[in-house]
Amino acid sequence: MSERIDVSIEHKHAPPQDGGRPHPNTCPECGSHYRDDELEANLRVCPHCGHHFPVHARERILQLTDEDSFAEEAAELRSDDPLGFFDLRPYTERLAEAELSTGLGEAMVIGRAAIEELPCELAVMEFGFMGGSMGRIVGEKFVRACEGATERGVPLVSVTASGGARMQEGILSLMQLPKTVCAVEDLRDSGGTLISVMAHPTTAGVLASFASLGDVIVAEPGALLSFTGPRVVQQTTREKLPEDFGLAESNLRHGHVDAIVPRSDLRPTVARLLRLFSNGA
Amino acid sequence: MAREAELRLREQLSKLKSLPLLRGARLSGDLERLQRQLDRIVAEPSDEEIWHAVQLARHEDRPYTLDYVERLFEDWFELHGDRHHGDDAAVVAGLGRFRGATVVLVGNQKGRDVKERTRRNFGMAYPEGYGKAMRAMELADRHGFPLISLVDIPGAYPGVTAEQHGQGGAIARAQSLMARLRTPIVTCVIGEGGSGGAIATALADRVLMQENAIYTVISPEGCAAILWRDAGEARKAAAAFKPDAAHCLELGVIDAVVPEPEPGAHADYDEAARLLGEALGESLEIFEGVSGEDLRRQRRVRFRTIGQVSATR
Repeated sequence: MSERIDVSIEHKHAPPQDGGRPHPNTCPECGSHYRDDELEANLRVCPHCGHHFPVHARERILQLTDEDSFAEEAAELRSDDPLGFFDLRPYTERLAEAELSTGLGEAMVIGRAAIEELPCELAVMEFGFMGGSMGRIVGEKFVRACEGATERGVPLVSVTASGGARMQEGILSLMQLPKTVCAVEDLRDSGGTLISVMAHPTTAGVLASFASLGDVIVAEPGALLSFTGPRVVQQTTREKLPEDFGLAESNLRHGHVDAIVPRSDLRPTVARLLRLFSNGA
Repeated sequence: MAREAELRLREQLSKLKSLPLLRGARLSGDLERLQRQLDRIVAEPSDEEIWHAVQLARHEDRPYTLDYVERLFEDWFELHGDRHHGDDAAVVAGLGRFRGATVVLVGNQKGRDVKERTRRNFGMAYPEGYGKAMRAMELADRHGFPLISLVDIPGAYPGVTAEQHGQGGAIARAQSLMARLRTPIVTCVIGEGGSGGAIATALADRVLMQENAIYTVISPEGCAAILWRDAGEARKAAAAFKPDAAHCLELGVIDAVVPEPEPGAHADYDEAARLLGEALGESLEIFEGVSGEDLRRQRRVRFRTIGQVSATR
């Protein structure tokens, strides 16, 4: 019985934890606080105000795909440290820590899946793994997802959440932009389809490469989709930023995305697109 | 990987040494240049040398795209506008004759004095700039003209309108267009190869870098601000991510280093242009007679295989 009691009201305006940062289950919009299972059951959308919390890659895959349909590919791939990069800490240490905290080998999970019984290839990014940054393994995984989609003649669905290129891999991380773009071109040449779902945040190098090349681009409400983030724009230009600077809603108004889809509609929407692109085949 | 780059240069060097001196003086110049590149590669640049390259790449007297155009192209005709809503002066595009044949050029352009710098937005392109570049690329493709791109951009412009006009998508689509072109593309980074703004016009068959140019995923200051939480640590950041030509060659990101006159391109525009022209000409020769299909297939393979990870951790 006790599990069914909604404690969200009691927990409203939960005190800040962890050095002033709000608890991850406290809604940054309205301050409502939830148990983890409550949020999970509601697809990690605030039942009170509709704020979309971040979703980890594994949970996203469960939300989107038919039960037990997902078969992961290239899970064994791990980054190495091509530059021997050391900022305040060595890159290898950051990688190991990210793997430990996310349970993933890199910031992208790829594999074959079915959505409402329609087969597809899936590439889902994990923001929790070094800010979803794209290094060589993320680039490689995306390329393999394109190749998998081409081989099986199924559409590729990407779900992005990324702060951009992975600085610790230097110029090689910038090279992931053309690398993934070339993969999309190969996919297109083979008649393949890319459906790009932009989650919060889809920025910099990922926005400036494959994510923007979807045949159809849909975004989650409130997602930040900007090449340069608001803080840097503000600092550089000293311009007053519009309220909705870089957000999905602004991108829709300016013509950069096709639709904003609330998470509860995402699975049926992607399924509808998969049906349309399969054209009855 | 250093080994590979070194071997490549050694091979070139031995080839040149064994050639009869058909081309006389020019050949001995080549020899010297290769020997110098080899020396540089064998001795990995120090942190000091890397920072020196950053400073030279940004040197206010460094030759810009139009300085090279003036010296290398005949009958230059500049194109303006993206045919949608603007003309971005931070990007130049045009047609000209290079070594007797018509080519299309796109390049980033910084300004020389305060007024021109403002007009050209310090070389930081808006989406309209990539739009103009893309229009020129399509023109090259339609007419089978080779495409030369000169990269010299601190970074895409971080502004509100730039975002509203779709900065990210514009950079993605410019690359996507380059991956489709059936005409040869040669890129040279001639100053700052800054991040997305640079790669937007650098998806080429052959990528060169001038000796003192830099090619970066983020500016040293930006990287320092994020990872060291202090933009003042730019030197440390540059030393860590190694944006200099020798390292880029070693990593397989570029195909060759274009020498500059001592102590840098700013010291002698004519000589810098001559060396650049030679490198561009030699590069275009490589692709003579290669079919459009093969060009773009190989171009995509080039980027597919850069920095591929062989081992797992």
